[in-house]
Amino acid sequence: MNGSATIHVTSLLIASLLVAVTLFFSYWQKLKLEKETIISVIRAVVQLVAVGYILDFVFGYKNPAFTTLLLLFMTFNASYNAAKRGKTIKHGLTISFFSISAGTLVTLFILILSGIIKYEPNQMIPIGGMIISNAMVALGLCYKQITADFRHKRDEIETKLALGADPLRSSKEIIRDAIKTGMLPTIDSAKTLGIVSLPGMMTGLILAGTSPMEAIKYQIMVTFMLLSTTAIASFLSCYLAYRSFFNDRKQLINQK
Amino acid sequence: MSLLEFNHVFFKNGDKTILRDLSVSIDAGDFVSIVGPSGSGKSTFLKLCCHLISPTGGTLTFHGQAIETIEATTLRKKIAYCFQTPYLFGERVLDNIAFPYVIRNTSVDHARVEALFSSFQMTTEYLQKDIKNLSGGEKQRIALIRSLLFTPEILLLDEVTSALDVTNTAIVEQVIASLHDKGMTVLWITHNPEQSRRHANKVLTIDNGEIRTLEAIR
Repeated sequence: MNGSATIHVTSLLIASLLVAVTLFFSYWQKLKLEKETIISVIRAVVQLVAVGYILDFVFGYKNPAFTTLLLLFMTFNASYNAAKRGKTIKHGLTISFFSISAGTLVTLFILILSGIIKYEPNQMIPIGGMIISNAMVALGLCYKQITADFRHKRDEIETKLALGADPLRSSKEIIRDAIKTGMLPTIDSAKTLGIVSLPGMMTGLILAGTSPMEAIKYQIMVTFMLLSTTAIASFLSCYLAYRSFFNDRKQLINQK
Repeated sequence: MSLLEFNHVFFKNGDKTILRDLSVSIDAGDFVSIVGPSGSGKSTFLKLCCHLISPTGGTLTFHGQAIETIEATTLRKKIAYCFQTPYLFGERVLDNIAFPYVIRNTSVDHARVEALFSSFQMTTEYLQKDIKNLSGGEKQRIALIRSLLFTPEILLLDEVTSALDVTNTAIVEQVIASLHDKGMTVLWITHNPEQSRRHANKVLTIDNGEIRTLEAIR
């Protein structure tokens, strides 16, 4: 590395020899992964080149409405993917969209208010992307947990319903567990920051020539924003999703 | 007017008919033993009574009012249901005893709790016990106490003594009989023919989802 932020295409071509190492191991050990490796490398290059051109275009188009539209598009895609993890949850897409939007909105608002970032596409799109994708993963985990718990803890819920508790009180422990499940990976990764790995954003900044002390400030910001978005999105989605498991007579619905 | 009235009630789960064309009246103060082979629909019958499930056909009334029109949590506070396998939640016995008070936004009535523990031949020292360290009999007695803290109008018992030893069964039977003597309506599923006739004034036999007989014995 020469300390500059620019990588020449020739350097990349030389670096591509590293792919040959993977191919060699696959061939030598008869892993039969050669075809898949080549396809994945080609896909990665094509997708990243396309994203590079798109971002170049987007960053040059400084209209805030366009940035907002892009953020909404990203949120919709994330919601769609998260909702797939909880197919039994009624209005899963709407709940996910609302939860991720609320988490993202609050976090971005605080970041903008504190003056750390500005509402400009080259800042909003990458940061929004990090927040939204983290919330998507958290929601997927929440839905998986809440669906499994409602299937396996029927006795507990019916016992509480039979005692005269309403669906919310009967599900409180399940809701809490699901929120925790959604939040724990983000909390765990925050705990090990810097001692297990140097996180992506910090590594990128250091590689681009930023001083480590400056890079950690950004990483601290990223840690805070991921924690807040995950908490808000997990909380909202679980408190909205639990209703799907009951009918309007406050009875537990039979899950298929 | 009957306390609970089933009028041509059906219950289907998917394509399977669990209960068909059930018509029966339960009067206030009745002690009804419900008997019949396993899988005949007895537990479904009790779950319909406290509206944990709804009939898929026919009508079911409580005090003459269609059960669907009564707010579900209000109804369930009046009709207590005890499961065959008691489920205790939380960590300690206290979590279970406090729960009925928590959902009514009221503080624990210690005198009431003590009286009920005493009637089931237990002490309130149990409140601090870890639920993992309780025997089956202790769990069932605590589950019953939990359901009786606010004196329900109807007590539904789903084979509550089937897994208990002779001593625990005798304690539970004695408490239930005394509650019935004080006017509580009891519907008790049991497989024990002697037990079914010991305290009941009616024996309801359900077989293959239908009422076979309703026998008045007292």
